[in-house]
Amino acid sequence: MTVRHSYDVVIVGAGGAGLRAALEASGRAKTAVLSKLYPTRSHTGAAQGGMCAALASVEDDNWEWHTFDTVKGGDYLVDQDAAEIMCREAIDAVYDLEHMGMPFDRTPDGRIDQRRFGGHTHDHGQGPVRRSCYAADRTGHMILQTLYQQNVKRGTTFFNEFYVLDLLLAEGRAAGVVAYELATGELHLFRAKSVVFCTGGFGKMFKVTSNAHALTGDGPAVVYRRGLPLEDMEFFQFHPTGLYRLGILLSEAARGEGGIFRNRDGEAFMERYAPMIKDLAPRDMASRAIYTEIREGRGAGPDGDYVYLDVSHLDPAVIDAKLPDITEFARTYLGVEPKKEGVPIQPTAHYAMGGIPTNIHAEVVADPNDSVVPGLYAAGECACVSVHGANRLGTNSLLDIVVFGRRAGVAAAEHAAGLDFAELPDDPAADARQALEELAGHPRGERAASIRADLQTAMDVRAGVYRTDGLLKEMEEQLDDLRGRYDRVWVQDGSRAYNTDLMETVELGFLLDLAEALVASARARTESRGGHFREDFPKRDDEHWLRHSLAWKAGDGVKLDYKPVTITRYQPMERTY
Amino acid sequence: MDVTLRVRRFNPETDQASHVETYQVPAEPMDRVLDLLHYVKWNIDGSLTFRRSCAHGVCGSDAMLINGANRLACKVLVRELGEQISVEPLRGLAVKKDLLVDMDPFFDSYREVLPFLINDEPAPDTERRQSPEQRRRFDDTTKCILCAACTTSCPVFWADERYFGPASIVNAHRFIFDSRDQGGAERLDLLNDKEGVWRCRTTFNCTDACPRGIKVTQAIQEVKRALLFRKP
Repeated sequence: MTVRHSYDVVIVGAGGAGLRAALEASGRAKTAVLSKLYPTRSHTGAAQGGMCAALASVEDDNWEWHTFDTVKGGDYLVDQDAAEIMCREAIDAVYDLEHMGMPFDRTPDGRIDQRRFGGHTHDHGQGPVRRSCYAADRTGHMILQTLYQQNVKRGTTFFNEFYVLDLLLAEGRAAGVVAYELATGELHLFRAKSVVFCTGGFGKMFKVTSNAHALTGDGPAVVYRRGLPLEDMEFFQFHPTGLYRLGILLSEAARGEGGIFRNRDGEAFMERYAPMIKDLAPRDMASRAIYTEIREGRGAGPDGDYVYLDVSHLDPAVIDAKLPDITEFARTYLGVEPKKEGVPIQPTAHYAMGGIPTNIHAEVVADPNDSVVPGLYAAGECACVSVHGANRLGTNSLLDIVVFGRRAGVAAAEHAAGLDFAELPDDPAADARQALEELAGHPRGERAASIRADLQTAMDVRAGVYRTDGLLKEMEEQLDDLRGRYDRVWVQDGSRAYNTDLMETVELGFLLDLAEALVASARARTESRGGHFREDFPKRDDEHWLRHSLAWKAGDGVKLDYKPVTITRYQPMERTY
Repeated sequence: MDVTLRVRRFNPETDQASHVETYQVPAEPMDRVLDLLHYVKWNIDGSLTFRRSCAHGVCGSDAMLINGANRLACKVLVRELGEQISVEPLRGLAVKKDLLVDMDPFFDSYREVLPFLINDEPAPDTERRQSPEQRRRFDDTTKCILCAACTTSCPVFWADERYFGPASIVNAHRFIFDSRDQGGAERLDLLNDKEGVWRCRTTFNCTDACPRGIKVTQAIQEVKRALLFRKP
């Protein structure tokens, strides 16, 4: 049996983007937020270092410099109209959060304090600037809590632990979603005039990742299966400072406060890679620098496979006040005391620059001409607007979710006003039901966990920081094999209530689809740009590749096409720091 | 090393009562209890059910009773527990399946304390000013991740589920002591209720249970003191 609901606006996902969208939409239209987690479990809460905005609280700054840094940081694949909007609206977005109760750290005179962050500079790259607004090293936690609190205040309708499996399109527009209620195993049909995807990233296709278990790209995968393209999937960010082997994130704020990388010999090696801003180099460059050290035999440890993040020279009071969480992670999970010794780190799969293509109104666009899919919206990490281009600057993700989450909420509610529901077929949940029954009906055999483990291990090696045509071709072949195994996957738990075994299996199917899109896009792009580094094509190639990729699901394969990058102010230049 | 992992299990569709299952799990001292649970779920019994997400102590999904104490499964390591590890669901909340409990009463109680900034004055164009000292005044209670470890460690809550419980009081504290907030009196009235702060018997279980190191009992005492000394 399918339970039916009708809402003007359905928001899928309750992290920062979804909650920010909900604040706008629920005041204007009948709105429901569907989340596979309780909202406060969302991974926005794991973001640490800050949210950049050119407030100029502590030193001279302006949003145009912020825009330049964002464009350059993204290796010129950023759509500059979107970046301008984000960096301009950043200032009010920070003040809005403050007015909602966000507990930012303060300057002595009571203003919002700001600190340095990788890739953020004054005067178009002349030197680091203090631009990141922060709350110790739990800025994302504070933003998530603040946005949830405001939704509690406004009585937003939540459906917690509802897992969206399908998007309904009818009459050429969004018409609703089908969701699986984890508590009962029932399917629910949510008719809607506007659907907003805010489902976050998909780092769980990699083994060493900072991402939560929940980050399996559900939104992009659902959209992709419904015949819409995904943009710039080859651009995945590997954050330089993951805890060794675990991948748990240690914020760039550690370097913003003065932390430095050291290799086996204790050398502060970033001077050789980014002579001007050294350890505050953007993440893609820092991750490659670390791997270069390791490959050239200067890695630390018995296997020579990590380097150190050293904050031991900082004032212990600064560490306690500004970096309390990340230093505790090092103590808890590695047994290392950061006040006394370097913390073993390695790059960790962190952030998807690509995702569901959108325009500056957070409307989903379906082709190289940016044709809008009416009533369908996306914001945050699951979307690609594209403000991050080929490499996201630190802090710009928290900014992205509040700026474009707000825009999505406004646009979705305005679209729904005065519109009727689209006419749906007789049994709109049939596809989702059939897929679930098919999965649950497989005989005893291999389970999702081992297929997923093989996917993750292979993606780290073949589609990670360093890529070649050979590695990516191997990965394509391996994905065929994994797909074959997944077609027979066995769900061991046969119960209806809280069947997390079934849910993990569905999630793995989504990850496999997205991995195929990523690998195909990466193999086709025969250049190196931002987070996508091809050893066989180590140079950026603007003549051929200054364009966004679009990947469609085509039978068992992937179809690719391209669209131009929007350039307004900044012509591509060589990217040095 | 091998860990003997005892897990209290309950499937609402087949079981009348819960029972303990024992698993032998290969483990390293630096493994998290969550890693052990995943080992069982992924290699032995896929029906083992629990919540988890971030796996490093910031999302608050996986609070459970581990060797008799409320802990996050992702934040307690094998080396702290030894080779005998028992895992049970949090107490005081209805068990829905295995280690997964009904969180709705917990969040209902949280919502009752008005856990949001109340300030009806028009906001300035920029920030509301707040000194670093004013900001520090409520810093500790901003760390709460709503995992319920404190509330479900509280004997008063076990005896009376209508008691607001430590987590709700922590979240009230976070706003009562925020210089920008104007809803303090309203929240104090709520917590002056018979199910409010006066039920606290200062057993410190909550402070011991908090995975974020919040001084929960102290926060409750500060709310009590604010009630005692507030202007009529």
